Amino acid sequence: MRRSPRSRDRVLTTPEGISVPVTVGSRGSRLGALLLDLTFISLLIGLSTMALILMAGGVAAFEHQIGQKNALGHALQFLVIVWIVIMFLFRNAYFLFFELGPRGATPGKRISGIRIAARDGGRLTAEMVIARNLLRDVELFLPIIFIVQAGADSGMGWLAAAGWFAIFLLFPLFNRDALRAGDVIAGTWVVERPRRKLEAALSVSRERTPEPGAGHHAEAPARRGYRFEEAELAVYGEYELQALERVLRDDRAQSLESVYQTIAHKIGRTDGWNDERAFLEDYYTQLRARLEAGMRMGRRKADKFSGTP
Amino acid sequence: MNAASLPNSVSAIESAALRSDRFRLEREADWQRLEAIVTRMEKGQLRRLSDEDLLALPGLYRTVASSLSIARETSLDAATLAYLEVLVQRAWFVVYGPRTSLWDWLRGFLGGGWSAAVRAIWIDLTVALAVMVAGVAVGWLLVAHDVNWYHALVGGDMAGSRVPGATPQALRGTLFGDSNQPGMSVFAAQLFSNNAQVSILAFALGFAFGLPSLMLLVQNMASLGAMLWLYSGAGLLVDFAGWLAVHGTTELFAILLAGGAGLHIGRALAFPGNRPILQAASEAGRRSALVMTGVVLMLIVAALLEGFARQMVDQTFGRFVIGGFMLSLWCAYFFAFRGNLGKVRAA
Repeated sequence: MRRSPRSRDRVLTTPEGISVPVTVGSRGSRLGALLLDLTFISLLIGLSTMALILMAGGVAAFEHQIGQKNALGHALQFLVIVWIVIMFLFRNAYFLFFELGPRGATPGKRISGIRIAARDGGRLTAEMVIARNLLRDVELFLPIIFIVQAGADSGMGWLAAAGWFAIFLLFPLFNRDALRAGDVIAGTWVVERPRRKLEAALSVSRERTPEPGAGHHAEAPARRGYRFEEAELAVYGEYELQALERVLRDDRAQSLESVYQTIAHKIGRTDGWNDERAFLEDYYTQLRARLEAGMRMGRRKADKFSGTP
Repeated sequence: MNAASLPNSVSAIESAALRSDRFRLEREADWQRLEAIVTRMEKGQLRRLSDEDLLALPGLYRTVASSLSIARETSLDAATLAYLEVLVQRAWFVVYGPRTSLWDWLRGFLGGGWSAAVRAIWIDLTVALAVMVAGVAVGWLLVAHDVNWYHALVGGDMAGSRVPGATPQALRGTLFGDSNQPGMSVFAAQLFSNNAQVSILAFALGFAFGLPSLMLLVQNMASLGAMLWLYSGAGLLVDFAGWLAVHGTTELFAILLAGGAGLHIGRALAFPGNRPILQAASEAGRRSALVMTGVVLMLIVAALLEGFARQMVDQTFGRFVIGGFMLSLWCAYFFAFRGNLGKVRAA
């Protein structure tokens, strides 16, 4: 079932008609998120049970007193009700509560970097979250009930449980978007939370090099720079432009050097020697200007192999 | 954009060599403001957002979304494009995230959303009702034909002293005289928890084209039919019906709704009509989820009635009054009450 990571990219259309690229959460991270959440739930259940038993003053005293018709007996009955309600809530409301929050993710999902979203690009509604979580109960816990009811040594029980697992737990493996049954019913999917590492991207390296002084506006274009001829720029396309952008951003002397060599060799220039960065920046700017001008006229050049615009 | 930074940014815009860079520099301030708002909302710090920011959010989102579509057509700056794509995606999550507070949602739900959803699945409810009636009849007929079926239909724990051959006195004892029993509140909570899981099951099994939901209904109703036969043999049919009616009108109604909701999903999957199957499934799923939330509420009511009202009212007539009242209440609420749905839809 291994696919390249690219195959998880989807395009989603918002109600405004903007197409937004999203990445479907990987099955591994979803499994991880589920295991984390189940751990959290069992921790919560364990802790609250212990706290309630502590309040009741130990199990032995509890069993002795629960049947009594005095004030203590009633108090203990109340504790039992609280316990039953808490168990029900932990099992059913944990996922609801967190997925209805602004992050659309349970703590486990948040740690795994995924969240839920509406598949049609519209609003994620409370009904969707409820529907997908009602089915979770059945997908996960029903096989256990099968086995308990049929007895651990019953072949039919195990068969039924195995069939159940095959249908529901493996369901996400058999569709492109890794939907589980609850997602199908609710119209949701699980996508990767957008990473924030691109925040620094606005400080583009190109801007800081010219740094025109207060009075030098007019001279700015006249600074010592490299001019490239039309023919020198025509050899590359958008793909090469973006590769060059990455190299400039990474700013590693070694790769700058080798990219300079390649480009200089290709267009037959040697004047940028020992000034590779400035040479490449100017080449980048002029190549981009040329390609963008082409774009505005509706002519695009994808890479160096496609025809000249 | 504030006045202090204006001269600076103007000179930067003028000196930018490329048209796409000027485009970016002119709009950067908006993008960064949106990013700051979105970041704060993602952290759940809604209260610390100023009113202007909150009001500006939808407008900023559209501005940045249109920036993205322009940039896609005019700019080859990969970093800006990637930044804008992530920003639009994050803003989209916030703008189209679950917006209603739980309280608002509940008000819309009780004030018309629930009953509208119930009415919307009336076909499935009719089928489920027919199946339930058939299940009762099947249970009765099977046991009348061969008593051994009783043990197969009514589990050992559930039967207790209600077994074929029990004296009418013993059967009578199961119906009356519990009023002083302790621990009824615990019993009610357990009943609720158990019934809620069963009805969630009936709903979720609808995923397998609704057939398991129907089978579950038949199985439950058959055991009811078997018990009806048992009590009728002892001449206690009316008393048993009264004992059952107190909570049963609510509980059986809830089970009917759960089965109908499951069937609704199954039907949408099996016969999606002109819609794509995934769309049909999700539309049916959302409608059924509303019904199911209501079912859980109904089961709470049923458990309260079962745990308290049935013990306190120890005679058949009073039990019928309570049960009949609940039934007409639910029917009126679901089928006559139109609520403020118009307002909810408009909101």
